[in-house]
Amino acid sequence: MSEISAEQVAHLANLARIALTEEEIEHLTTELGQIMQAVEKVSEVATPDVVPTSHPIPLHNPLREDVPTDVLSVEQALSGAPEHDGTRFVVSAILGEEQ
Amino acid sequence: MARAALMDFDEALERFEPVIGLEVHVELNTRTKMFSSAPNPANDEFHGAEPNTLVAPVDMGLPGSLPAVNATAVRYSISLGLALGCGIAPSSRFARKNYFYPDLGKNYQISQYDEPIAFEGSVEVELENGRTFEVAIERAHMEEDAGKLTHVGSTGRIHGAEYSLVDYNRAGVPLVEIVTKPIVGAGADAPALARAYVATIRDIVLSLGISEARMERGNLRCDANVSLRPKGQEKFGTRTETKNVNSMRSVERAVRYEIQRQAAILADGGTITQETRHWHEDTGTTSPGRPKSDADDYRYFPEPDLLPVEPDPAVIEELRAALPEPPAARRRRLKAEWGFTDLEFQDVANGGLLNEVAATVDAGASPAAARKWWTGELTRIANAQGADPAGLAEPAHVAELAALVDEGILTDRLARQVLEGVVAGEGSPREIVDARGLAVVSDDGALISAIDEALAAQPDVLAKIRDGKVQAAGAVIGAVMKAMQGKADAARVRELVLERAAADS
Repeated sequence: MSEISAEQVAHLANLARIALTEEEIEHLTTELGQIMQAVEKVSEVATPDVVPTSHPIPLHNPLREDVPTDVLSVEQALSGAPEHDGTRFVVSAILGEEQ
Repeated sequence: MARAALMDFDEALERFEPVIGLEVHVELNTRTKMFSSAPNPANDEFHGAEPNTLVAPVDMGLPGSLPAVNATAVRYSISLGLALGCGIAPSSRFARKNYFYPDLGKNYQISQYDEPIAFEGSVEVELENGRTFEVAIERAHMEEDAGKLTHVGSTGRIHGAEYSLVDYNRAGVPLVEIVTKPIVGAGADAPALARAYVATIRDIVLSLGISEARMERGNLRCDANVSLRPKGQEKFGTRTETKNVNSMRSVERAVRYEIQRQAAILADGGTITQETRHWHEDTGTTSPGRPKSDADDYRYFPEPDLLPVEPDPAVIEELRAALPEPPAARRRRLKAEWGFTDLEFQDVANGGLLNEVAATVDAGASPAAARKWWTGELTRIANAQGADPAGLAEPAHVAELAALVDEGILTDRLARQVLEGVVAGEGSPREIVDARGLAVVSDDGALISAIDEALAAQPDVLAKIRDGKVQAAGAVIGAVMKAMQGKADAARVRELVLERAAADS
């Protein structure tokens, strides 16, 4: 039986940059716990001789030729941005988190 | 920023054993990006484009856009994996590495996690002091680069930033990340080994032609993991990861700095914090970044928008057959072919001039002459200009210059003048000789009349020569060389001076 704790929910929310209230965390802890339990039923049928599947259809290698095509114009690229300086997106400073 | 306490390097190595691990990111120079058909700024053809002009919807993570894998990037990755002695996975897949940072619009990076394309290899690395190491490779995997953030703030430095500007041109540039296994046993050579390893990777990707490999442009970037353990202890110490060190010299300095910094903390009874650190080129120090995230925090999962990559075994064998000679083997071969001593060869290799000397020899020069011009006069000019000697002259021109000296058309002194013209872009050595009128005067008649004049002007010297004091001829030779504006072969002038002195007696 998988359990999920309020701390785990708060940690995930932080990783996902979502601000949650105490009530929301409590609510989500219950809901996510139920989802985990539902998903866990899969392990009842997944025996060690079954290879985990990441893609259900046996396809591979639809590769693309290395030929440049049209790109967005700067105007198009920036058109959905809440803020820009005409050439680049302006975002609030989030520091020291380069991967 | 408080300056960290450092332990003397030699003392640190007496007490602790350094263990290093290196992650090198190579930007491939395919024409398009990893997952979109936008032009790739890591290819010289598109380098230097204005911000956000090389961007397709996929690179920005716009809703509804779907990635498509670049066939050439896969081929290049396989070639690189093979050159690193790795096995190539019959089936490998992409994974999402989830993180929220504006350098990628999707909020995840497409990378490879549990099934990298290449794994378990090894690379022979030769240090500047001639020592060689086998560096074991853990894996090499394909991924995409992130966009470029410019932090703008009161100080212009990252810590004073108030907002950031994002350019997505680099987002989606094909990357191969090469990860070593922990490197143990290098001891005091650990910093030099880190540098030589990155240099070897650069040599490999250049010989494969799969990256422009310019560190100053970020085509090749190194993250250096360093930990210390007390001598005799089996268990590795806690490591730090110094990110994005962007020159060979900095790789060496950063590893050395971390060894000294960590040794001081450990000797003082402190503990090392597992964290990423930033390298500061100006001060030669590192400073703490963020605490290192657990891999779990990236919540990797298989990329549902892409299918596994299953390369045709025949293609892998074709790429294997086309591999260039490994850098260490090539060095051994060239050293033997050229007949250089260890020191002569290191002079060339450490000056980054192997390719230039090899090309000059191929163009017909003797190895000794090629070495002499590249490590001598060209390196001197480069140092004076603060430039790289490798880019100063065409190897064919250097070979032509050496031939002109061999033919007696130029003396070394004149050849140096011609070389200055070559570096200044005045043309080929022969063209410069003609244009500047620099050829040696080989007409004995012109030399003899200058000699007779000089002898007549210095009768005391003439008398000394006739008395058998041959060394006195130097004064006459000097006068003749001056009269000929240096364009004479001093040895020939000497012969003629002695001849004329004897003839007139």
